[in-house]
Amino acid sequence: MKKVFKLEDLDCANCAAKMEAAIKKLPGVTNATVSFMTQKLSIEADDAVFDEVVQAAVKCIAKVEPDCRVILR
Amino acid sequence: MSRKQKKTLLRIIVSAVLCVAAALLPLEGVWKALAFAVPYLIIGYDVLRGAALGILHGQLLDEKFLMALATLGAFAIREYPEAAAVMLFYQIGEFFQSVAVSRSRKSIAALMDIRPDSATVLRDGEELELDPEEVALGETLVIRPGERIPLDAVVLEGSSSVDTAALTGESMPVDVAEGDRLISGSINLTGLLKARADSVYAESTVARILELVENSAEKKARVESFITRFARWYTPIVVVGALLLAIVPPLFAGNWSQWLERALIFLVVSCPCALVVSVPLSFFGGIGGASRHGILIKGASELETLAGVDTFCFDKTGTLTQGRFAVEAVHPKEVSPDELLDIAAAAESYSAHPVAQSILQAHEGDIDKSRLGEIEELAGLGIRAVVDGQSYCVGNAALMEKVGADWHDCHLPGTVIHLSRGSEYLGHIVINDSLKDDAADAIRALRELGVKRTVMLSGDKASVAAHVAGQLGIDTCLAELLPVQKVEQVEALLAQGCTLAYVGDGINDAPVLTRADVGIAMGALGSDAAIESADIVLMDDKPSRLPLALRIARKTMRIVRENIVLALGVKILILILGALGLANMWLAVFGDVGVLILAILNALRCMRAAV
Repeated sequence: MKKVFKLEDLDCANCAAKMEAAIKKLPGVTNATVSFMTQKLSIEADDAVFDEVVQAAVKCIAKVEPDCRVILR
Repeated sequence: MSRKQKKTLLRIIVSAVLCVAAALLPLEGVWKALAFAVPYLIIGYDVLRGAALGILHGQLLDEKFLMALATLGAFAIREYPEAAAVMLFYQIGEFFQSVAVSRSRKSIAALMDIRPDSATVLRDGEELELDPEEVALGETLVIRPGERIPLDAVVLEGSSSVDTAALTGESMPVDVAEGDRLISGSINLTGLLKARADSVYAESTVARILELVENSAEKKARVESFITRFARWYTPIVVVGALLLAIVPPLFAGNWSQWLERALIFLVVSCPCALVVSVPLSFFGGIGGASRHGILIKGASELETLAGVDTFCFDKTGTLTQGRFAVEAVHPKEVSPDELLDIAAAAESYSAHPVAQSILQAHEGDIDKSRLGEIEELAGLGIRAVVDGQSYCVGNAALMEKVGADWHDCHLPGTVIHLSRGSEYLGHIVINDSLKDDAADAIRALRELGVKRTVMLSGDKASVAAHVAGQLGIDTCLAELLPVQKVEQVEALLAQGCTLAYVGDGINDAPVLTRADVGIAMGALGSDAAIESADIVLMDDKPSRLPLALRIARKTMRIVRENIVLALGVKILILILGALGLANMWLAVFGDVGVLILAILNALRCMRAAV
């Protein structure tokens, strides 16, 4: 499954790259991108663990940039 | 500017004023430290907070942490003005970056502002205003002048002109009347239209284009991945360098504070921001600028590959030619040209074949169907028809052989339709596909841009293909190819080591589009297969967009390279000068922020596609 989330207050391009690297390393993630320009996070992961992956990804993002919020719909 | 940005601007101004005031006051010692600490905290409190959070989260090489370390270090060695200034300029750089990025984000969003807000639908005689997503296939849409066409549709009633500029970059409005197709996302200009919805929203042209554009930032270019990988190493290396510089030389030479200052210079330039921001910003700008001309590029990696393309392969029909057949010549024997055309048109009057349609189009006036007797379609050969009581054969050379007519071929290239009365040969009609107006110019422009080779891959007859290739000045012409053979030819070219772009109309060349380094689909409005399988989609069908796309891609790559060289060059220079004691903190912070601003301004040039 692949889903795209909007990010708010993602202020630094290097942080985006760091988040992306961290999320890609999460178990169950097949691909992930964090786009600084469009302020979007896209995650491709196994359906079975998708929700856990999203929660873990949110934590990764908070770790790198505490002000950045993920809009979960 | 957003609220956050306005607040930052205010902080920058207040802090700058206080810094100047602190510098002018004749203060010494603790008082001087306090005087600079106030503007320092005003401008830097969020950086300090971020640094503290970073430490808690184990993000030690976070740029905020490094800035905090550098400035607090400067306070420690009593360089108060430098400490405040470094923080101030760092924030100015960040502010500038944030404004520039949100500007370009907005302008590109405006460029792609083609999303229809609502659709007016006629249900049970009543007009309802709905979300385009709620409209079902086949419903009747009412589109007023000035409104955006919400879904792909076919005009039922009314006539108008339609502005497709947002989709194709073509500023000339298109006239539409009953039976014409409307493309969602374009704007109805003059008349009220009633139209039948031909797609649901999710499958409409506008939804597909928006999806493509929104996903374009996901596909990162090789150079972008390279830079982020580089950034991951750059910061730790510089920080280790700073550490060594602060400890090793003073062990032998003493003078700890002097070496500490040099180490702090290292920390100031340890953030790879300029580099990391400018690369995606350039690609974003290039892709956005291209979309203004109706050139949709699926991602930065595609743009990067396009810039290096040295071989262009073309499909013929519909790509370089109009894809519409027209009668080019009528060569009768025994009868008059009009008579020949009249008989052929009558015989073909029930056929839907494009060749038959072109003959009917060339024939003036209507055909009296009562003149027709029995008609027999001969598969692969043509038609046998009774017209005015006499039996005629209309078709290819094989048909003439079969009926024993004394036929001869034409000296003109093209599709030749022969005609006989019984076995008596009456002559032939030559049908050709005409070239697109700008095809020859486009090929010439590509060559001027240094494209090494142009190849045409056609399924058509060799003589026809060679004729077209000759007219356009294409280097290599390969004809009579089945779609599978086109893939083989492309693979053979790829094996020779060239970077290859294939340009097709996407109708039956999806496999080739996928196989080429860059697949370019043209005239893609409404063609789903093309949008899916191509890397670059030309919204209109003009070959002249190709050189433009190539120029945009190359300009973007040039700007990306300029930025990498500029940012790295200046940083390395500052590092060297800093280590040798020839640079001070002022130079370091000016250099760093200056390069960031220059790189961003340079990246913004990508958006202006007037190349």
